[in-house]
Amino acid sequence: MTSPFSAPMVSSAPFLRVDSLQVRYGGIQAVKGISFAVHQGQTVALIGANGAGKTSTLKSITGLIPKAAGQVWFEGQDISSMPGHALPGHGLVMVPEGRGIFTRMTIMENLLMGTECRRGEAARRAEVQADIEAQFVHFPRLKERQKQLAGTLSGGEQQMLAMARALMARPRLLLLDEPSMGLSPIMVDRIFEVVRSISQAGTTLLLVEQNARLALQTADYGYVLESGLITQEGTGKSLLESPAVRAAYLGEESS
Amino acid sequence: MPDAASLPPEGTPILKAFGVSKRFGGLTALDDVAISIDAGQIYGLIGPNGAGKTTFFNVITGLYTPDGGVFLLNGQAYSPSTVHRVAEAGIARTFQNIRLFAEMTALENVMVGRHVRTHGLHAGVIGAVLRTAAFKASEAAIKDHAMQLLQYVGIDRYAQSLARTLSYGDQRRLEIARALATEPVLLALDEPAAGMNATEKNGLRDLLRKIQADGKTILLIEHDVKLVMGLCDRVTVLDYGKVIAQGLPAAVQSDPAVVEAYLGTQAHA
Repeated sequence: MTSPFSAPMVSSAPFLRVDSLQVRYGGIQAVKGISFAVHQGQTVALIGANGAGKTSTLKSITGLIPKAAGQVWFEGQDISSMPGHALPGHGLVMVPEGRGIFTRMTIMENLLMGTECRRGEAARRAEVQADIEAQFVHFPRLKERQKQLAGTLSGGEQQMLAMARALMARPRLLLLDEPSMGLSPIMVDRIFEVVRSISQAGTTLLLVEQNARLALQTADYGYVLESGLITQEGTGKSLLESPAVRAAYLGEESS
Repeated sequence: MPDAASLPPEGTPILKAFGVSKRFGGLTALDDVAISIDAGQIYGLIGPNGAGKTTFFNVITGLYTPDGGVFLLNGQAYSPSTVHRVAEAGIARTFQNIRLFAEMTALENVMVGRHVRTHGLHAGVIGAVLRTAAFKASEAAIKDHAMQLLQYVGIDRYAQSLARTLSYGDQRRLEIARALATEPVLLALDEPAAGMNATEKNGLRDLLRKIQADGKTILLIEHDVKLVMGLCDRVTVLDYGKVIAQGLPAAVQSDPAVVEAYLGTQAHA
C-alpha cells in the first residue's frame, strides 16, 4: 500500500473502466466497441465463445496489443496509452494465456521477476521471502522444483508458475486469462481457492475463463462477450441461471 | 473420410508399449510404464500436472529418446527415434502448447501434414523446381484433400486465414486436421479441449466420436473429467511417472488413489 495510486478514491468510481474499446487485426474487428467497469474488491468474469474477443480485450487493456479506439481508466487515471511494462508498477498485473514464463530461468528466478515492479519494496527481503513461502503453500509442486529451469515444467506446472509470479507482484488488480487451462481437476479446485483467497485479501480480479460455471460461481459480476460485443451482463448468479448462457457456455444441451 | 479398408480390424492392439522409462537428470519422468491400446478405441491418459503424460507422448512420437522400453505399432516393433519416421509409421499428434505454422494459412498447415504421404520424383524438390504437370496435379490433389479435412473438423471457413489469427479452440481443430492429413493409425491428442468452454467441448466430443467411427484409434490426454469419462473406452492414470490405475473409466474414477491424487471434488462430476 505504498503506491501513490492507492490514495482513497470516490468509492462509486470504478476501479477499472473500459470505454468504447475496439481492437482490430488487419481487416478483422475482434472487439467492436465495448464498455464495462470493475469496482474495487470485485471479482468480474468475462465469458464467451472461442474467438469472441476475450483475450483481445485483456491484452489491449494491458497494452500488449494496440487499441483501435477507446479508453481505459485505472483508479481514475487514463492508462490507454501507457506501455504494458509500466502497469505492474501501478498495481495492474496480468497472467497471460499461454503462460509466458521465462523458460531459461529457474522457478525461483521467475518468482523473483514478479517482484521487479515493486520498486523500493523489492529490497525488503523478508517480505519477498514471505511472499515466496505463500506461493509454495498455494503450489507445493513449485517448491519441489524451485531450482529447475521453468522450461522443464509440465504445461500445468507452468500455469501455476505464471499465477504465482503474478502474485509476487502484489497486484491490486489482477487480470487472469484462463487460469485453469491445462490444470488437473484437483488443481482447478486449488487455483479457484487461490482466486477466492486473494479476492478476500482485497485484490480486485478480472477473470477470463472457459470454465464458465466455475468463473460465474466465483464472480460477483459477469459480462458475456459475443463476436466482439457485450450482449449480456449481470451478477454471476443471474448469468448462471440464464437459459441462453447455459446453452451457449455451460454445455447444457437443450432437451 | 479416412480409407476404412486400410485400417486394422477393431480389437487388435494398435499401440503396445511396455517397460517405458525416461529420466531427466535425477528426475524419473516415466518409470516402467506399460500401455496397450486396441484398434478403434479412444484411450485416455490422465494424471496430475507433471505426472509424465506429455513426456509419454514425446517418447512414443520420437521427440524424446527413451531410456528403456519396447514399442509395437500395429503388431510391428518400431523405434520411436525420429519424429518424421514415427509420422510415417502412423502416429500423428497435436500439442498442448499449440505448434502450428503461425504465418501459413490454415489450408497450408494441413497440406504440410499431407506431404508425409506423398513421395516420388514429381512430389519432391525436383518436381517443385521443374513445375512438372505431375507435380501440379499432385499439389492440386493435396490441396483438395486438405480442404476436405478442414471441412471435416469444421473450420473450412478459415482456410485462407493465417493460423495465428484463429482462436485457440480453432487452432486445436486445425492441429487435428493437420495430424489427420498424415493418415495416422493412431491419433495422439494432447489436451485438445484446453481453451474451450463446455459447449465447445461438446462439439469436440462429437468430432472425436466421428473420427473414431471412421475407424481411427485415439490416444487422449485431457483434464476435463466429464469429457474423458464420457468418451474413453479405457483409461490409464499416471502419477510421478508411474501407472497408478488402468481400466474402465468408471472403475478408475472411483479408485481412491486417483481421487486423492487427481480428481479431488470432481470425482463425482
